[in-house]
Amino acid sequence: MQRANVDIRSLRIGFGGLKVLDNLNLHVEASEFLVLLGPSGCGKSTLLNAIAGLIDVKSGEIHIGGRDVTWAEPKDRGIAMVFQSYALYPRMTVRKNMSFGLQVAGTPQDEIGRRLGEAAQMLRLTELLDRRPFELSGGQRQRVAIGRALVRHAGVYLFDEPLSNLDAQLRAELRVEIKRLHARLGATMIYVTHDQIEALTLADRIAVMQGGVIQQLDTPKMIYRAPVNRFVASFVGSPAMNFIPGSIARDGGAAFVAGTSRFSLNGYVFRGPPTDAPAVLGIRPEHVEVTASDDPFAVPARVEMVEPMGADSLIWCRLADGTAFSLRHDADAPLRAGDTLALRFPPETLSLFDDKSGQRL
Amino acid sequence: MTVLAEPLPAARRRRARMTPARWGLYAFILISALYFLLPLYVMVVTSLKPMAEIRQGNLLALPVSPSIDAWVTAWASACTGLTCQGIKVGFFNSVRILLPSVFISILVGSLTGYALSLWRVRGASILFGAMMVVAFIPYQLFIYPLVRVFAFTGLGQSLLTIVIIHTIFGLPTMTLLFRNYFTSLPPELFKAARVDGAGFYQIYARIMMPMATPMIVVAVILQTTGIWNDFILGLVFAGRDNLPMTVQLNNIVNSTQGERAYNVDMAATLLTALLPLLVYFGSGRWFVRGIAAGAVKG
Repeated sequence: MQRANVDIRSLRIGFGGLKVLDNLNLHVEASEFLVLLGPSGCGKSTLLNAIAGLIDVKSGEIHIGGRDVTWAEPKDRGIAMVFQSYALYPRMTVRKNMSFGLQVAGTPQDEIGRRLGEAAQMLRLTELLDRRPFELSGGQRQRVAIGRALVRHAGVYLFDEPLSNLDAQLRAELRVEIKRLHARLGATMIYVTHDQIEALTLADRIAVMQGGVIQQLDTPKMIYRAPVNRFVASFVGSPAMNFIPGSIARDGGAAFVAGTSRFSLNGYVFRGPPTDAPAVLGIRPEHVEVTASDDPFAVPARVEMVEPMGADSLIWCRLADGTAFSLRHDADAPLRAGDTLALRFPPETLSLFDDKSGQRL
Repeated sequence: MTVLAEPLPAARRRRARMTPARWGLYAFILISALYFLLPLYVMVVTSLKPMAEIRQGNLLALPVSPSIDAWVTAWASACTGLTCQGIKVGFFNSVRILLPSVFISILVGSLTGYALSLWRVRGASILFGAMMVVAFIPYQLFIYPLVRVFAFTGLGQSLLTIVIIHTIFGLPTMTLLFRNYFTSLPPELFKAARVDGAGFYQIYARIMMPMATPMIVVAVILQTTGIWNDFILGLVFAGRDNLPMTVQLNNIVNSTQGERAYNVDMAATLLTALLPLLVYFGSGRWFVRGIAAGAVKG
């Protein structure tokens, strides 16, 4: 099985007057698991369909495995694709569904049988080969759809929100299965989703998209830890990141001031020289720490509500100036609404964004 | 060994109580059934009576001495104009017109419907709405121009002409029927087949048409009854040797000299109506099954 890289150069796609993708560049390494993450309408599915050859591009080039396939038919691109709605052929058995592509391509029967058996075994479909799609559960259908892609022995596997139609438990199961599959095959995979958990768990690298533009392309860790702008920061992470408006203190950027609260920035890595323009402080709920009240950098806050979430609790607080935010805390802590907490915001976990542009400072 | 007790569906179902509304409903159904069945009844009993009995005028009476003589006459020896070979000539003409017309019109209609389902253009619903309106324009408008066209092409009146005519007139309905069905399918199905390397016709033949069984059943019913019942197109375009059964029936009923053989007329009419009747009775089950099968998403 060849492992192909994918190279997208200055890609432009539009429908009528609407620009969906404008001058998009993306390089996917061979054997990489790349996730395209973004809200609906951000162009991620359009990009995937363009790689598959199901949408015509206006300009730009798509190279797969070093070959220019911009105008090649889908079948000639060395790709296989899995769809959200499974898109199984309803009148065919699982066996026929999986072998249809190979039959069309004129693959010899014994080779079809071999690949089919291999994929069926890998996905635990052997028992189901003679059933029809309507006799299968949602999870089984999606496994068949994945199987149909696997038998193609493609260089790149494309997944278009494959788990979005499944319930939460099945989604978690299949997610693990896809991850295991990638580890086992080492194939290049490009995976579209709007589910940030899927993105964070599966990806080698994530491309967060909005408005047809890749906002950030990085490892899940960096996307989570150091989002490049407020969009990425707010889109990734659940419960969502807290944003506290204020400004950087004039005394050399050592602190962030929001009303009467002061947050130490000692240890924060600025991308450029700090200015005193209005800024927004971002911190994830699990990074806020409860500290002793005599800590010089402690920020006082009042508890408004406690949401127990099992493993821990989400505590909703307000700062002295009224800004609301949340933090994750030990589920066993005896906290109640009205309690006052001393909180520490570790500088190395913070994100600072320019108030106007939303860019990371 | 334990026996699992299954809840009996019959025990669960309550007996429907006879409310006044229900009485009214049954009365309505009964009257409607009578309204439609009475003419059929009169036709059947009259066709089984000898003329002597018919002359007595008891329209609703059962035949005293039933015989199928009138049916035999109607089928084999009634006069349709100058020849007296019964309505069987028309029957076989109609069959020869029906089979290719139904097959070709569904083939062409489904293919165009499939092609148009891929053409997702803005204002499509208006365009196809207009097409539906066109399908209701009276045929009479087209007859003269079409006669001229076929005269010009040299086809004139022939079996081929009438098959082409039925295909053309069936096209709007057939196309829309299949287009609407294919548009309702997830577009990803088509994409998946393209990734699998299937071409336009392969996707049509191996994926789309096998899924369209319910639509094919509906199309066959529509076209069969429509083409079989056609009179004017057959009269104008089929030519004298291929006149369909409906035209022959008219000839039998209207060209009698002397005493009107009501029993033969009735028998001939029933023979002509037999195929659409069978289609309706036989297809009811298929119709429902077809529609239900269409509801099951793959």
